[in-house]
Amino acid sequence: MNDIALTENLVAAGRAHVVRRFGMKDARFHGLTAAAALLVIAIFGGVIVSLIIGALPAIRQFGFSFLYSEAWNPVTEKFGALASIYGTLITSALAMIIAVPVGIGIAIFLTEICPRPLRRPIGIAIELLAGIPSIIYGIWGLFVFAPAFQTTLQPWLIRLASDIPFLRNVLAGPPYGIGIFTASLILSIMILPFISAVTRDVFETVPPMLKEAAYGLGCTTWEVMWRVVLPFARSGVVGGAMLALGRALGETMAVTFVIGNAHHIQSSIFAPGTTISATIANEFSEAVGDLYISSLIEMGLILFFITFVVLAAAQLMLRALERRAGGLS
Amino acid sequence: MNRRLYAKRKGFNALFLTLSVLAAVFGLVWLALILGELCYNGFSSLSVRLFTEMTPTSGAEGGLLNAIVGSLMMSAIAVAAGTPLGLMAGTYLAEYGRHTRLAFLVRFVNDILLSAPSIVTGLFIYEIVVTKMGHFSGWAGAAALTVIVIPVVVRTTENMLLLVPNGLREAAAALGAPRSSVIRAVTWRAARAGILTGVLLAIARISGETAPLLFTALNNQFWSTNLNAPIASLPYVIYYFAMSADEGWHRLAWAGALLITATVLSLSIIARILESSKRS
Repeated sequence: MNDIALTENLVAAGRAHVVRRFGMKDARFHGLTAAAALLVIAIFGGVIVSLIIGALPAIRQFGFSFLYSEAWNPVTEKFGALASIYGTLITSALAMIIAVPVGIGIAIFLTEICPRPLRRPIGIAIELLAGIPSIIYGIWGLFVFAPAFQTTLQPWLIRLASDIPFLRNVLAGPPYGIGIFTASLILSIMILPFISAVTRDVFETVPPMLKEAAYGLGCTTWEVMWRVVLPFARSGVVGGAMLALGRALGETMAVTFVIGNAHHIQSSIFAPGTTISATIANEFSEAVGDLYISSLIEMGLILFFITFVVLAAAQLMLRALERRAGGLS
Repeated sequence: MNRRLYAKRKGFNALFLTLSVLAAVFGLVWLALILGELCYNGFSSLSVRLFTEMTPTSGAEGGLLNAIVGSLMMSAIAVAAGTPLGLMAGTYLAEYGRHTRLAFLVRFVNDILLSAPSIVTGLFIYEIVVTKMGHFSGWAGAAALTVIVIPVVVRTTENMLLLVPNGLREAAAALGAPRSSVIRAVTWRAARAGILTGVLLAIARISGETAPLLFTALNNQFWSTNLNAPIASLPYVIYYFAMSADEGWHRLAWAGALLITATVLSLSIIARILESSKRS
């Protein structure tokens, strides 16, 4: 009898030991994963804090005038980010004007018009555009697109616009090939797949019953898309567009190659300009003097802030959509 | 009476459907133009010397060996450091955290980092590594790439772990396995192909990254595997050579561009195949 009780005690002790060991192992693993998750937040916080610290000298020196001054003179150490901020916003805006309708058009093509066997290959081909590294867009834009544009389309456009008021100023100047417009066009090609992929995905979440009901009332395909599918998918499309805008604002290499790096604001979109990221890429490693470097870092901080706002808005919209889709299914 | 209205609606329909076909053509034409020109210029500059000789001085002949090796070294370190960190954080989001407030915050921040401008990453590493060390270095470049790898791996790991059916977890837990063993022996294993996809996508992403290397790793014209010093990388060399006026450098830039694009696209295609084989 005693022996059995003793064995049972031993077994129980052994079991308790194993359970304790498991518990400790578990806690350790849980702690490790949580630490890794916290590291992601630490990186994010680190980016903000280090940029602010790096930008302090410039913030102290220029204050708010940094945001609205167009001066950019490394010799006299007078810096203002207006030309770069303007370039960033105008190139992204132009890119969106081109890419949003085209991206939605591609999504309509892929969900409604394209013959079924071709849908996947064409969808993948469009998504490949997102896979090509930005430096490839840059080198292609500089060596292939800009020279071709300069000698063919651009002079013609400038001549065409020369008699029309307003357009005369927007499409003016000697045809350089490179410039704000070229950068915008290349940006639009780069962000196209982001818009079309998200749009296609939300189009596919539209309940077929809604579309069938509209068709049943005698709507044409276009009316179904414009009056039923698009309103239903609106928040997803806007979310996808914001995501693409976030990319466009921060895109560096493709723009740096073709924008011309000129710190002026000009009315013509054919004129060379610069963006925040292009200025940093072009000048940072050759910048001398603390104030110069600090000004460039402050520009990085501004860029981070702008993209943060845009990307956060995009996320909130897409999250809300995900929740809705989850509720439906 | 109504005939005119019908004709108008039909006309609109035809017009806009034609426009959306044109939109698709627009996208495909650019893809063809870019890849076509890249292949044309890239293949004509391709030779064995690319892999056997160093980057030349202006006007001389040479290859891209030091840049290729530099890129491989920094990418390898970034993947080796970023994958476990991303894997663990993704595991927290999918397994332990799921609905906690911390997980919500991490998810939000991670998605921001995923699309944040990579040049800002470069500035961040410049501030915390380059200024502290006092000089540009391969370590700084690798660190910048690590910061880009982590969010990619976190996002795919979480998504892939969430696809693992809960029944598997419950079955393992019912056998008495502690949670950490369930995760490592069951969920990770079930999601292996998906997690690998994430790593491949991360490699594809960093192989073309130039902006974060501009003022972290900088460049090195000579053969160097010293990570404590500036080191050459393929994207930087392409940038530097393409912006110059030297014909020979331009040819090398095209060849490098072809190498990078071929790497990135084949990685993404492999990742896609892995993903679809997992789904079916």
